[in-house]
Amino acid sequence: MMNEQNKKSKWQHFVDWVNGEEAIEMSKKISFKKIDFEKLQENFEKYIWSGRKKAIFYMLMCVFVCATFIGILLHTVTALPYFGGSNNPASNEVVQRYIENGVEETGATNIVAGMILDYRAFDTFGESNVLFLAVICVIMLLKKDKYNTTEQEQREEQEDEMFDKEDSNTILKRIANLLAPLLFLFGIYVVLNGHISPGGGFSGGAIIGAGFVLYASVNGQQKMQRFLDYKMFVRINVTCLLTYCILKGYSFFTGANHLPNIIPKGIPGALLSGGLILPLNICVGMIVACTIYGFYALFTKGEI
Amino acid sequence: MTNLMTNHYEAAAVILFGIGFMNLLLSRNLIKKFIGLNIMDTAVYLFLAAKGFIEGRAAPIVAEGTTATVEKFINPVPSGLVLTGIVVSVSVTAFSLALVQRLYKHYGSLDLDEIMQKAKKEGH
Repeated sequence: MMNEQNKKSKWQHFVDWVNGEEAIEMSKKISFKKIDFEKLQENFEKYIWSGRKKAIFYMLMCVFVCATFIGILLHTVTALPYFGGSNNPASNEVVQRYIENGVEETGATNIVAGMILDYRAFDTFGESNVLFLAVICVIMLLKKDKYNTTEQEQREEQEDEMFDKEDSNTILKRIANLLAPLLFLFGIYVVLNGHISPGGGFSGGAIIGAGFVLYASVNGQQKMQRFLDYKMFVRINVTCLLTYCILKGYSFFTGANHLPNIIPKGIPGALLSGGLILPLNICVGMIVACTIYGFYALFTKGEI
Repeated sequence: MTNLMTNHYEAAAVILFGIGFMNLLLSRNLIKKFIGLNIMDTAVYLFLAAKGFIEGRAAPIVAEGTTATVEKFINPVPSGLVLTGIVVSVSVTAFSLALVQRLYKHYGSLDLDEIMQKAKKEGH
C-alpha cells in the first residue's frame, strides 16, 4: 500500500491536492505526541517565575513606547490645520470638482454616493472583494465537514438543537417575525435610495443582514436555508461581483477612450437616476447582506 | 496647548489610538487583543471624520432645485475613506476571530502564552 502511494505520479499528486485529499493523507502520517499536562504545568510555572522580570520589563517598555507614541502624535496634532477651518489644505480642487460637477457628471444628488460609486468605483470594487475574501477565509477556517468534527461535537450540536426545539419562546418569535420583514423593507429602502439620500449599499446591506441574523437566530437555520443555503450564497456573491465588474469595466472603458456612454443619467433626484449607481448599490447591498449573515452562520453553527 | 484645544477631536483620536495600541500589546487574551485593534480602527475613523468637517457647512446631499457650490458642503472625501476603513476592519476582525476560534478548539485556551507553550510542547 505504501509503495503504491509513493509511486503516485505528479499529476495524481496534483489531483489529490486539488481535491484536498493530500493534506488528509499527510495528517494521517504525522502522529501527535500526547501532552503531559503535569509536566506542562511545572514548566509553565517555572517559565512564569524565571520570566517574571522579563514580563515586567516588557510591560514597562510597552507603556513607555505607547506613551512616547501618543506624545509624538499629539505634538503632530498641534501642527495640524485648525479643526473646522474652511481653507485647510484637504479641501482642494478635487473636492471642488466633486461637489460642483458631481450632480451633473454622476446624476446622484448624494455626492458621497456619486464619489464612491462613480469617480472612485474601483475602490469600492476592491472593498467588495475584501469582504468576499474575508468570507472565503472564514469558510475555509470554520465550515464543518466530516474531517474536522468529532463525534462528541456532533452529539453536542444535536442536543443544542433539541433544546432549541423544546423552547417555545413565543413572545420572542412573534416579535422577531414581525420585525424581520420591516428590517428587510427598511434595508431595501436604504439601498434603493442610496444615490438621493443618506445610505447606500453598505449601510442598507448591513440592515438587511441584521434582519437575516434576527430571523435565523429565532427560527433556526433550517428555515433560513430554504431560501439562502450555501449554493445560493456563493451564487449571489459571485454574480454580484461579476455584475459590478462588467458594469464598471464598461463605463471605465468608454470613459477612457472618449466613447459615448449609452447609459442615461436621468433627472437628478428621481429614483431611477444616477446611471450605474443604482445597480451598483444593489450589487454591493446584496454582497454585504450575504456576508454579514454568512459570518453569523459560520461563527455559530459552522455552516451556511 | 491652544492648538490642542482647538484640535480636540484629533487629540482624542490620537489618545484613543494609543489606548488601543497598548491594549493590543499588553493583554494576553486574544479576543481582548482584537478589541484593542478595533479601538485603533475607531480612532482612525474619528480622525478622518474630524478632518473632513468644516464649520457651518452641511452634509454633501444636494437639495432639489439648488446648485451645489463648494461653500455649502463639507469635504466628502474623508467620508468615503471612512467607509473603506469600516469594511476592511470588519473583514480583518472576522478573519482573526475565525483563527482564534480554531486556536481555541485545538489548544483549549485563549491565553497567548499558554498557546505558545503548548505549541512548543507539540513540537510545531
